Formats: sequence, structure tokens, C-alpha cells
Amino acid sequence: MNIALLLQMAADAAAERSALVCDGRHWSYGELLRAARGAATHLSGSGCACVALLDESSAAAPVALFGAALAGMPYVPLNYRLADADLGALLQRIAPAYIVGDTGRVARLAGGQDQHCTGREDFLAAAQQAEPLAQEIAGEGIAAQIFTSGTTAAPKAALLRHANLLGYILGTVEFGAADADDAALVCVPPYHIAGISALLSSVYALRRMVILPAFDPQDWLRLVQQERVSNAFVVPTMLGRIVDQLEAGAATDLSCLRALAYGGGRMPPQLIERALRLLPDTEFTNAYGLTETSSTIALLGPREHRQALDAADPVVRARLASVGQALPTVEIEIRDATGRALPAGQRGEIYVRGEQVSGEYRERSALDEQGWFPTRDAGWLDEDGYLFLAGRADDVIVRGGENISPAEIEDVLTSHPAIADAAAVGVPSPEWGEAIAVAVVARPGSPCPGADELRELVRSRLRSSRVPQQVRVLDALPYNEMGKLLRCDIRALFQPRPASERNGLP
Amino acid sequence: MKPGSKLCSTVCDTEVMLIRYSQGQIECGGAPMAEEKTANGSPDPAFSAGSLIGKRYVDADDTLELLCVKAGAGSLSVDGVALQLKEARPLPSSD
Repeated sequence: MNIALLLQMAADAAAERSALVCDGRHWSYGELLRAARGAATHLSGSGCACVALLDESSAAAPVALFGAALAGMPYVPLNYRLADADLGALLQRIAPAYIVGDTGRVARLAGGQDQHCTGREDFLAAAQQAEPLAQEIAGEGIAAQIFTSGTTAAPKAALLRHANLLGYILGTVEFGAADADDAALVCVPPYHIAGISALLSSVYALRRMVILPAFDPQDWLRLVQQERVSNAFVVPTMLGRIVDQLEAGAATDLSCLRALAYGGGRMPPQLIERALRLLPDTEFTNAYGLTETSSTIALLGPREHRQALDAADPVVRARLASVGQALPTVEIEIRDATGRALPAGQRGEIYVRGEQVSGEYRERSALDEQGWFPTRDAGWLDEDGYLFLAGRADDVIVRGGENISPAEIEDVLTSHPAIADAAAVGVPSPEWGEAIAVAVVARPGSPCPGADELRELVRSRLRSSRVPQQVRVLDALPYNEMGKLLRCDIRALFQPRPASERNGLP
Repeated sequence: MKPGSKLCSTVCDTEVMLIRYSQGQIECGGAPMAEEKTANGSPDPAFSAGSLIGKRYVDADDTLELLCVKAGAGSLSVDGVALQLKEARPLPSSD
């Protein structure tokens, strides 16, 4: 099994068809496969153990991904936004590596190491000129090694085997399903699992990829129109910036945009409602997945979005905040802290099992004996199997023995018209174990409501145990570049207060 | 034979990947398929409707499933019984 099969099939069935466009340069499936085969020859002769990409999205990403697969080497996309010290540490972990991209930075950070580095254009030229590799090399079965974002600890090296990624694609995408003039706008960075799954599923669906190397809402809207984009995937932060542009009156015809999928972080309920109303003819899909699960494991489909938006039934209405049902090829279970499976409606840790689930790191496998992967995400299932997320298992606030999800408090706070963003965290409390602290951001032009008004809002909607003890107003919340909230940074803002200063809140 | 194994027709260009397998002789164009590519001869007229790239083929009991990864003139069977084209179950694109 090898993911290169996907590109081989695409080139076999439609060699002349347009596969990719980036910065005005077009690649057909035949040209892409030819370059991947040339890259494989080049890579397999390099004496390196893996193929790293330290670059924005471009044609070099699929050529390196499929070239590495044919050469039997793991593909290791690196986060070029990392600080020098963090990137330097990763470069050390992957040596000896064939690195495509930022040659200057590699020379500076890993000069003395056993690394081979080539710039993007040189790599593509070499791939196009080299003799195609005659026969693919089996390798150790690892297609990709992705460093997790490390918002809580040092990045872990998640391993995705060819069997995991192929299992995901063959289970979710129909070969050649795209219409001849379909196009997918790829704007997620290549080092994210969504960047890899976008390449694999577009190739297998024979859907032309339009690459946007660095996200910007105006560039995104321009490309959708210019390239007649039919499909796109965005993270919630990107959708927020696109919706802001549209509401500010950006004159854009988005009638070609048939399907818009989103995932990668929590979607604020107000934002998805605004988007659904602004784009009434676009099909929205919420995708939930992790690096360790080869991307999507649960989906909330287009019909369910529209049903929920217009529903009077509160159960159906609530599904707009759900990530949908498990893929047919995946099992999902909710377990308590002792590992016991929980019934519908009860919150616990999300466990997942399936062919696409790797759960494997360079150092160890996190799978249990029956093949279940503990996601460290908290959540629950409703009676019909719709999955609701309740934050990272590590983010749950335990106050006086009661488990509180930050999301329920954040949703109430952001329902205030003057609050643009909010984050709730647990801070040490001698009385409760943990107390609730919130950081809020006011909407531009609105005066920020006082702490007492916000406490009263939470008290009126939820229980008194959810009322925040501490409230702090910030200019913006700290997010990483993929829109993941850095809760550890927020937690650090709040110091436990001495008992004499406590204000007698319940 | 394990899921993921590749089989080649001995009478046409068809290649398949095993998705699920229990038992039986897998054939293409009426002739047993092989692990190596050695096509010579031509498909049995009774098994010459062709195999389509990207399509899945299953037996009546749904215990065997093949993915055609290269098209060919022969059609697929197991122990002499023709396999059926499996209906696609489309999921919305999530990437």
C-alpha cells in the first residue's frame, strides 16, 4: 500500500486534466506524477532518512509528498512559523533529512548537521529533469510524520502510515467524483494534517487544486471568483475574517462556491449562523478530526446545517454546535476517567477507532489493546449519535467536584452584543480546587461591559457555579496561526488571589 | 491475502487492490489473477465487460471487496461468479 497510488490512478485516468494551479502556473495530473517520479529518484539517492518541507504551500508540496512516498521515505512538513529555537530542535530530531524550502534558515539553524537543503524552484526543476524512479521503494510504511502543534508540551512526532491515509481517502472520497470544472481552494498550511488531506482527496476526486500560499481574506475572495472555486476548507478564524469582509460590503460574487467545509478549531455559534445566512446557496460541512486520525472522523453535513438553522425543535437546533456523526468507517465512544464507556448525554473523553486512526508517535503508540485512540478531547454524543465537543480533556474546569466545560461559559459571554471573543479557564483556588477566570475582548467601538454585568449574564443563563470569579479585558486573545486558542497563556494571566480579597461569589 | 495487496490480470491490463477478502479464487477475464504483471492472452468472452478504474466490486455476500486501480478489458469474478459494481455512498467533501 502506498499513497502514490492515488496520483498514479489520477494520472492514468486523466493525464491531461488540470491538477493544480499556484501563482499562475498550471500542472496537469500527468505532469505532477512525472515530477513526483523524478523527485523520488533524486530523493532515494540522497542518503537522507526523510523528506522535509519548510515552505508555504506550492506545487512543491504534492511533489515532495508523493515523491517521498515513491522513494519509501516519510514526508515531514515543518511549521515555518516556529521560532528559531523551536525549529532548530525539530531539525535536529529529523536529521539526516532532505529539506525542501528555506535554505537560508536551514543553513543558519542546522549548518553543522547532516542535512541536505534545496530551494523550492531548484527542487521542482530537479524533479522534472530526473529520470523517473523505475519501481517504488517499500520503506517502513510511514507516509507522513507531523509534529503536533504543541500548545501544551513539546511537539510530538505523529506518524501516519500509508495504510492510515489510504484508508481515510478510500473510505471518504469517490474516485473522480469532481466535475470537470470543479476547483478546491487550498489555503491551510502544508504542515497541518488538513493541508495533507486536501492534497490527497483533491487528487483522488480529480478536483483541480487552487493553491493560496498564505491566507488573506481579500486574496481568498479574489481567488474564489477568479478561479471559479467550487470547494474550500477553512479554519474558524479564516471564516471569521471572510465573513467580516462580506459584511463590510466586499463586492464578491461567490455563486460558484458550492461547498465550504470548516474545522481545525471550535466554531463560535454566532459566526456559523452569520456565514450560513450570508451564503444561503453554499453547502456547509463541519469536519472534526485530529492529526493522529488522518484528518476527519466526524461530519456535520450541509442538510443538517440548514435544518438546524431553521429548526424550532431545540435538539435539532443545538446540532449547529455539533461536529456531526462518525464517518461510516470510524467508531466513536465516550469514556469516563476509569475507561468505562458512557451512554448518550454523558460527557467524557472521546475515543476513536478505525483504519485511518494511527495514534502512533515516533516514541510510542497511544492506542489501547483494542485499537482505540484516546483523543484527549472531551465531549458527548446525543441520542442520534451527534458528537458535541467540550474542549480538551485537560481544559475542563473542575470546580468543587463539578466538571465545567469552558465552551458553555464562552458561548454565553459572546452572546453579549459588546463581546467579540471570550475564553474561560480554571485557576487554582484553595476553596474550590479550581475557580473560573475569564478573559474577554470587546467588539470594536463598543464599551466593554463591567465584570458584574458579565457575571449576571452567566448567572441568568447557567448555574451560579459557572459564574466567573475573575474577569479580565484584553485587546485580543492569544491564538496560534491555525486558530487554536492558547489557554495556557490565558491561565498564566491569572494568579490565585489571597483569601482576604475574595469577593464572596458562590 | 491481506487487505492492500495488489493483484494483476493475466489476460488484460486490469489491476485491483484488495479491500476485504475472506476466501476464493479471484479472477479477471475468466483467468486467475496474479501478484506479478504477466498479461498475455485475452479475456474469456463471458468475462469481457471490462473493469473500471476507481470502482469497487463486491461479491453477493459482501465478504469480498476489490478496488480497481487500473482499467482493463476483462471483468472480475470469484470462483467463476461475476462480482457486482458497488454503489458509491457519497459523503460531503470535508477537506
